[in-house]
Amino acid sequence: MFGYIVRRIISGVLVLLVVSVAVFALFFYGPADPALAYCPETRCTPTRLENIRHSLGLDQPVAEQYGTYMKNIVTGGEFELGAIGIDCPAPCLGVSFKLRVPVTEYLADRFKATLSIALGGAAIFLTVGLTMGILAARRRGTLADKGIVGVSLFINAIPYYLLALLGWLFLISQWGIFPESGYYGPIEEGPVAWVKGMLLAWVILGLAYSTAYARFSRGSMIESLNEDYVRTARAKGLSERRVTMRHAMRAAIVPVVTIFGLDFAFLLAGTIFTERIFDIQGIGLSALDAINGKDLPIISATVLIAALFIVVMNIIVDVIYSVIDPRVRLT
Amino acid sequence: MTDNVLSQQQRTTASGSSTETPGTEPYLVVDNLTVKFPTADGVVQAVTDLSYTLEQGSTLGIVGESGSGKSVSSMAIMGLHDYKRTQMSGSIRVGGREILGLTNNQMQSVRGADVAMIFQDPLTALHPFYSIGAQISEAYRAHHDVSKSAARAKAIEMLDRVGIPQARSRVDDYPHQFSGGMRQRAMIAMSLVNDPKLLIADEPTTALDVTVQAQILDLLQELQREFNSAIIIITHDLGVVAEMADDTLVMYGGRCVEHGPTKEILTHPEMPYTWGLLSSVPEVSGDTDARLIPIPGNPPSLLDPPSGCSFHPRCTHRDKVPGDLCRTELPELVPGNRGSHHLKRCHLADPDSIYAAEVLPEIAPDLVDVIIEAREDDTPPAPEGR
Repeated sequence: MFGYIVRRIISGVLVLLVVSVAVFALFFYGPADPALAYCPETRCTPTRLENIRHSLGLDQPVAEQYGTYMKNIVTGGEFELGAIGIDCPAPCLGVSFKLRVPVTEYLADRFKATLSIALGGAAIFLTVGLTMGILAARRRGTLADKGIVGVSLFINAIPYYLLALLGWLFLISQWGIFPESGYYGPIEEGPVAWVKGMLLAWVILGLAYSTAYARFSRGSMIESLNEDYVRTARAKGLSERRVTMRHAMRAAIVPVVTIFGLDFAFLLAGTIFTERIFDIQGIGLSALDAINGKDLPIISATVLIAALFIVVMNIIVDVIYSVIDPRVRLT
Repeated sequence: MTDNVLSQQQRTTASGSSTETPGTEPYLVVDNLTVKFPTADGVVQAVTDLSYTLEQGSTLGIVGESGSGKSVSSMAIMGLHDYKRTQMSGSIRVGGREILGLTNNQMQSVRGADVAMIFQDPLTALHPFYSIGAQISEAYRAHHDVSKSAARAKAIEMLDRVGIPQARSRVDDYPHQFSGGMRQRAMIAMSLVNDPKLLIADEPTTALDVTVQAQILDLLQELQREFNSAIIIITHDLGVVAEMADDTLVMYGGRCVEHGPTKEILTHPEMPYTWGLLSSVPEVSGDTDARLIPIPGNPPSLLDPPSGCSFHPRCTHRDKVPGDLCRTELPELVPGNRGSHHLKRCHLADPDSIYAAEVLPEIAPDLVDVIIEAREDDTPPAPEGR
């Protein structure tokens, strides 16, 4: 297993290298010139543009820029933007053109907000989704089952941004049932404020995601409840609860883990709608701003981090597989 | 139907060598059991008016093709049917206790403890994610309030008992690390861990290769002598029945069509469906060109069963019955030519002569030998249980 994980990490690093090259290429051969974004429209002389290019390091060959970028990740580096010198410790993902701060530091701060959304949301959608799915599977064909599937499809049919917007509009703005949303600093600086600010975002995100998990775990559970070994468990005289939770669930959870791994990675990479509507300054919003501002270091760092999450979650999912199913040998 | 019940009881007392004191009931009494599944297309009559009894220490073979109701009737004894989708009537008494009306929760104390089951394919019947030892211990702890380590010790003891070599080190293996035969041994260990008085084996050897089959059957017989349990063995393999069963019950279309001591059923069958089963057994030695004689047609629909005798559409002897009786009237399950212990459900007036003239020549001769040998070898040196 150890060897397997090492190999997976190596191949993951290769994936990340390819991703970083692709991001660089897209940016440099794309239609927009980032230097233009920092050149005042009315007084943008060629000399001035050249100066900006120089100060951003954009006048060097692309390959060289990429090399510097990679080097800085490992060793850290010094940046000079205009007249200001900025120290960027490793892992240095560059310095924001616009904000003039090291990207790593900036994104790490932003990431706390995104992580807060993802963790709370996942806790809700996993609990609600799996509970509903198992309930529906156990009462397959009954009114409860049809109700759960119906409601889940209904919620699923509403576009997520609409659901979130309506939730914010009525539950916070209009009726004031939920506290004002927003990210008021990390949990350790005020857990109550943290929970209050996140609450509706968690509920809406959890609700929207739980619908898919309910239907998915229902299907998976119905399948495993029909397995011979579940009948064997019942034949041993085990309680129905134990039969469901220990025998059927254990098998039904395997496909759910796969989906969850990917979903969670995507959530960590930023939830633009949630962040925008509930005013939570996370990675998704910063990426949006960076794209508008053509802030190359933030964009490439965000893409790289998103790819990193996917690679890491995939490895974690594989390891979880081998823990759940003893037939899976990671070699 | 009262007649049938009566004759059943007579049969039980007639076979007489039971260790039970007279007056007490046999360990398992199935009485007029009917199982129906209402579906969107209509009501499936899976089992109709099935009655039989089984003493401790003896074995009943239930034979029939897929959909004959042999598995369904046994699932009913375990309460493993879907409670919401099944209608049952009649009576099932286990050790004198009526279990037919019990809820799923009430059945928990019966399942695994009084009645245990061995399933056809041990690879799918054992949970792939739990070790063999954990699964056996779990079965033990479901009915015994003991510590985990005590249950584990019991699991090792049972694995050792069913002939798993190095049980102590194999106990933590997972099912996929066992061979097919060892998995079925582990399954047997699991079913016997609570010392059940009734063991239902649903095609226990079908998924195994031939050499392993014999070992498993031997093991079952050995354990039966040791634990004095009653065994129901469900199979479509007449060889298994010949080797294992004291009594044989042939099912067709959800009904019992012939029931009696195995030796008689195999040597003097009186029902054309049983003849068909015997004729379709291949000959092991001798003429490899010999033709197998399949039973023509398909099993009857349980949604819309044939009128009269449910076997009549496939029966090659129905023209020997005067009138249109086979098509119009369901034959009663009545004693045949050899007395009240051998019941048959057939209109044929003289089945013995038809059997001797038309059926016997088609039956693989070695099957008959095997049958006779098996029963004769088996009967005398079994003073304990029978």
